[in-house]
Amino acid sequence: METKNVMIVGVGGQGSLLASKLLGVLLTEEGYDVKVSEVHGMSQRGGSVVTYVRYGEKVYSPIIAEGEADFIVSFEKIEAARYAKCLKKGGKIIVNTQSIDPMPVIIGNAQYPENVLDELKEKGVFIDSIDALKLAEEAGNPKSANIVLMGRLAKYFDMDYDKWIKAIKGLVKPQFVDVNIKAFEMGYNY
Amino acid sequence: MKKLMLGNDAIARGLYEAGVDLISSYPGTPSTEITECAAKYDEIYCEWAPNEKVAMEVAFGASLRGGRSACAMKHVGLNVAADPLFTLSYTGVTGGLVIFVADDPAMHSSQNEQDSRHYAIASKVPMVEPADSMEAKEFVKEAFRISEEYDTPVLFRMCTRIAHSQSMVTFGERVEREIPKYEKNPQKYIMAPANAIRRHPFVEERTRKLVELGETTSLNRVEMGGTKMGIICSGTCYQYVKEVFGDTVSVLKLGLVNPLPEKCIRDFAQSVEKLYIIEELDGIIETHVKNLGISCIGKEMFSPIGEYNQYTIRKAFGLDLPETVDTDTEIPVRPPIMCAGCPHRGLFYTLAKHKITALGDIGCYTLGSAAPLFALDSTLCMGASVSGIHGFNKIGGKESESKTVCVIGDSTFMHSGMTGLVNIAYNASNSTVIIVDNSITGMTGHQQNPTTGYNIKGDPAAAVNLEDLCHAIGIKRVRVVDPYNLKECEEVVLEELSIEEPSVIISRRPCMLLKYVKPNPPVEVDTDKCVGCRMCLKLGCPAISFKDKKAKIDYTQCVGCNVCTQMCNVKAIGEK
Repeated sequence: METKNVMIVGVGGQGSLLASKLLGVLLTEEGYDVKVSEVHGMSQRGGSVVTYVRYGEKVYSPIIAEGEADFIVSFEKIEAARYAKCLKKGGKIIVNTQSIDPMPVIIGNAQYPENVLDELKEKGVFIDSIDALKLAEEAGNPKSANIVLMGRLAKYFDMDYDKWIKAIKGLVKPQFVDVNIKAFEMGYNY
Repeated sequence: MKKLMLGNDAIARGLYEAGVDLISSYPGTPSTEITECAAKYDEIYCEWAPNEKVAMEVAFGASLRGGRSACAMKHVGLNVAADPLFTLSYTGVTGGLVIFVADDPAMHSSQNEQDSRHYAIASKVPMVEPADSMEAKEFVKEAFRISEEYDTPVLFRMCTRIAHSQSMVTFGERVEREIPKYEKNPQKYIMAPANAIRRHPFVEERTRKLVELGETTSLNRVEMGGTKMGIICSGTCYQYVKEVFGDTVSVLKLGLVNPLPEKCIRDFAQSVEKLYIIEELDGIIETHVKNLGISCIGKEMFSPIGEYNQYTIRKAFGLDLPETVDTDTEIPVRPPIMCAGCPHRGLFYTLAKHKITALGDIGCYTLGSAAPLFALDSTLCMGASVSGIHGFNKIGGKESESKTVCVIGDSTFMHSGMTGLVNIAYNASNSTVIIVDNSITGMTGHQQNPTTGYNIKGDPAAAVNLEDLCHAIGIKRVRVVDPYNLKECEEVVLEELSIEEPSVIISRRPCMLLKYVKPNPPVEVDTDKCVGCRMCLKLGCPAISFKDKKAKIDYTQCVGCNVCTQMCNVKAIGEK
């Protein structure tokens, strides 16, 4: 099989590490060769962050380059647009509609491009928008927005629902299992 | 057991399996997790040292006493540890000694893009370089074997994309080894001229033997894929080459990147019609190949700047590129920023407000240089702010003494700020040093340091008292301020600048991301009172934005530091 590529993008501190870990564990258990690549350190907090997850029979590069991503899961609205050039033709963007102003916008040096996703849609990009923050709050914890988005991604994956649930149970602390499973369901059934 | 593992974590596993006894390191992205992960194994003694030089010397001592030892650092850390490295090459080892060094092409979290292979060449020390996590683990064991067999420290090169990528690893067992009885050996270990003169020929002979090793070692391997085109590469570049070409070209993958083999390269070059060298950063393999009189193509096609990936390679070879779609809208940049409630913000605002010149250092507080505060004038290397301000003031005289400070974190001060402060006291420099003490090594992801009172395992440890230390160095004026208190900050900074003697200001408040720091209730903007003056936005706090001509505070981010409350002239900000 051809290597599949999933990019998880967002703002440092939004929980993309747990999301990529969930995918990594799941795909490993499915017997795929998997590579996950992320950048730690200074770019973590408040900056634009990107994690690459690649899986298939044999994966070489840990990076997803321009025009290669089957999925871009974005935790923030304009971050989806920032990495859109990495999307493969026919690839899908799953995006949290939450907006987080970057510093140039906060200090009035730039405008937040509110309608940038519409522009991408007009260009024929498949975009699945979801208010993950609101759903996470409904599930009981705004911090589970990452799992809401993974629930949404799962919809497009040819993989047993129960396997995702099992992987979540194995990853999060016991006291957070229920809220995360609820968050996952809300994303999946949205 | 098979597991998806971070490259750095796999190295830690390799240390465990290799029966390593000790690792001493200073944190530095992207090397930090090597030591953090090693600390999970009770069999390995692990510690954070105050800097990389100390760490390498600790590893030297452990090797001298017969233990297998290691140290880990980022590329610029090796500059700090270069002094022991060059002579360790002469002494060689008793127990195996491996030095892990993580390069950061593209500077994801670094101040330069240096290629640490130059150190291997200059110090005449072998260097290995893995291409994924499994190789990282296995190469650790081979590196220790080489270290002991060839009586040499071994450099182990990582880069961000190997250190911070996860791939599959199969576990092995730990091989315990006995620590030999200590035997004094001054001819080998006292590097005074008389002995060092005898060791240098040993080093040259060792290099000759290591070149021979390079001809046959399994660390280097040829993967034939036709005779039209051959590529020599190592590390992460191997993965990009395989991604693009699969088995359609021949590849010489080097795992021992110093010293480079000769016959192996000649044979490979002869087996293909056209030879390419693909290596990130400097053309080191390429220079070696060209020096052998073999024609090849390298930096003519590939940049010495930044990271490569499969796209870079496709483009360079003129291959088909995948179709892409992009927006025409400009997406505003999103640089990393100081967190909401960051204790550094209040201090930097004070410096910016009074247009104070500030020599900066390496840490989270480097972010004070960014918009809207623009509070820093320089950032060079660990500790350079404290040494630098003295030189700056000697030239600038009274005028600069009264409006210049330097800013350095608690961990960086312990690393190499102290010696600069000794120089300030000793040479009677009228300089004002600000230690931003957030009680942790922040930027690398919260590591303990000698001022925090805890060790790498989180157990209580002796804590350096910064006030006492500064006094002992000879600084009479040592002031402590709370950076959440803008008025206090301003008064103390202006007072110390006005006084004609060296002084230290400790701006002290723990990083708000630390688990034990409990946030205050978030504050909010009373939109009836807010006049839209944008004063609070001058802080550059990510929790504050401007919507409908009024300031707005994001309650999910705000930790109630109340610095913005002090900025508001109309008292529109307060608790709910």
